[in-house]
Amino acid sequence: MKHMTEEELIAYREGVTAERAGMARHLSVCEECRAELERIEAVLAALDTLPVPYPGDDYGQRVWQQIAPRLPEKPAEWWQSWFEPKRLGALAAVAAMLVIAFLAGRISRHDRPGNDVVANKEQIRERVLVVAVGEHLGRSEMMLVELSNAAPRDPAQKHVNISTEQRRAEDLLDENRLYRQTALQEGDAALASVLDELERVLLDVAHSPEEVTPAQLDKIRQKIEAQGILFKVRVVGRELQERQKATTPPTEHNSSRESERNKA
Amino acid sequence: MIRMQPSDENTRAIAESDAVAVERTLAGDRDAFRVLVERHSHNVFRLAYRMTGNRQDAEEVVQEAFLRAYQKLGQFAARANFGTWVYRIAANYAIDRMRQRKKEDTRKLEPAVHEEGTENDPVTLVHDAAPTPERLAHNIELREHMEMALAALSHSERTAFVMRHWEGCAIEEIAQVLKSSSGAAKNTVFRAVQKLRLALQPFVGRGTQARAIGTES
Repeated sequence: MKHMTEEELIAYREGVTAERAGMARHLSVCEECRAELERIEAVLAALDTLPVPYPGDDYGQRVWQQIAPRLPEKPAEWWQSWFEPKRLGALAAVAAMLVIAFLAGRISRHDRPGNDVVANKEQIRERVLVVAVGEHLGRSEMMLVELSNAAPRDPAQKHVNISTEQRRAEDLLDENRLYRQTALQEGDAALASVLDELERVLLDVAHSPEEVTPAQLDKIRQKIEAQGILFKVRVVGRELQERQKATTPPTEHNSSRESERNKA
Repeated sequence: MIRMQPSDENTRAIAESDAVAVERTLAGDRDAFRVLVERHSHNVFRLAYRMTGNRQDAEEVVQEAFLRAYQKLGQFAARANFGTWVYRIAANYAIDRMRQRKKEDTRKLEPAVHEEGTENDPVTLVHDAAPTPERLAHNIELREHMEMALAALSHSERTAFVMRHWEGCAIEEIAQVLKSSSGAAKNTVFRAVQKLRLALQPFVGRGTQARAIGTES
């Protein structure tokens, strides 16, 4: 009989599995798995005894008294959120991408007037994605390399501060999500898959403590190495560079250089 | 899971009256927001305390969560689920607070032995009516180990564990707070339980040996 894995037992205990009925059947006949589940439950039951202080019956009123003087007269209207600095930044990025796409479209239309406009538009869109993702992967690679090489400033220090890498990981996370979704929409499953893996690593880095012990840092490094994410990022980055070359229409300068190379 | 699950009828009634309070607040009635604060403060405090591990930070998280909820109320579309929404805001802010706290203060985790309202204290929950000094010492030691094990989790692991195990939140809800996919959120819950188990099993199940899991017999 195949026993349940620890993950399956935890999923069963925490109610996060769709296979609950099958697992319950197995547990009813397998004494070993039942004993293992009991051991997990003993740990969780002990944790359940950790006390949460009761803040008092009047706690809600106290919270209100503390926040009431700081509340504006009226909540902001929904459209006002568009003018928050973070949103403005994202809007600016989208606008910049649109402008690039528009300009690229105009330039390539001059090159090949009247020919296959739809295919051209798709190429332009792909080119914009390829350039943007290529840069994003480059920045992610740099952050991961720096994190892998991080060390305490002073050898006597017990902690390594990775707050800079963390902040960069947070910024990269937002971009990564956007590119992953775009890659999925464009049907580029391979790119979407690498971006998905990268997202998990970025998430781990973003949610790590700001100061880690060398042992914790080693664990992060091991995780990066085990997933081979740096290698994958490099390979995809290189592929994107190739694709960028392939989708960039040869300029006069390039084509003359190409013919010189051919002559040689 | 410890979160008390209110009956469906109660949940519906609270959600409906939450929706009315949200509408009235948006119409400029600040007192309507007071109703929401007083109704949800205890739940948000419990979540915040379990995430941050100390009372001062938890109280700050509660205040900030309601302030942010008020400021963003205009963007809140699903008005019937104000409780869930403010919960999410609190969880997000608690993650920020934990990070900030780590930076500001590298003090060792204080065992919160003298907090008030410790009716669930493991020491007081010992079945034996007259605990022996050994039993007391073991329980105090166990509590310290549990607090240390929780503090050793990453912010996302602690958030995922608190939200799932103690607060009974859906995986999708946790994924939204962690800004990850549902699969990744589920894995974070597994990782948290595995780490807690590894750290605590020797103290909880003294004498019991875990089997090599996933094997065949």
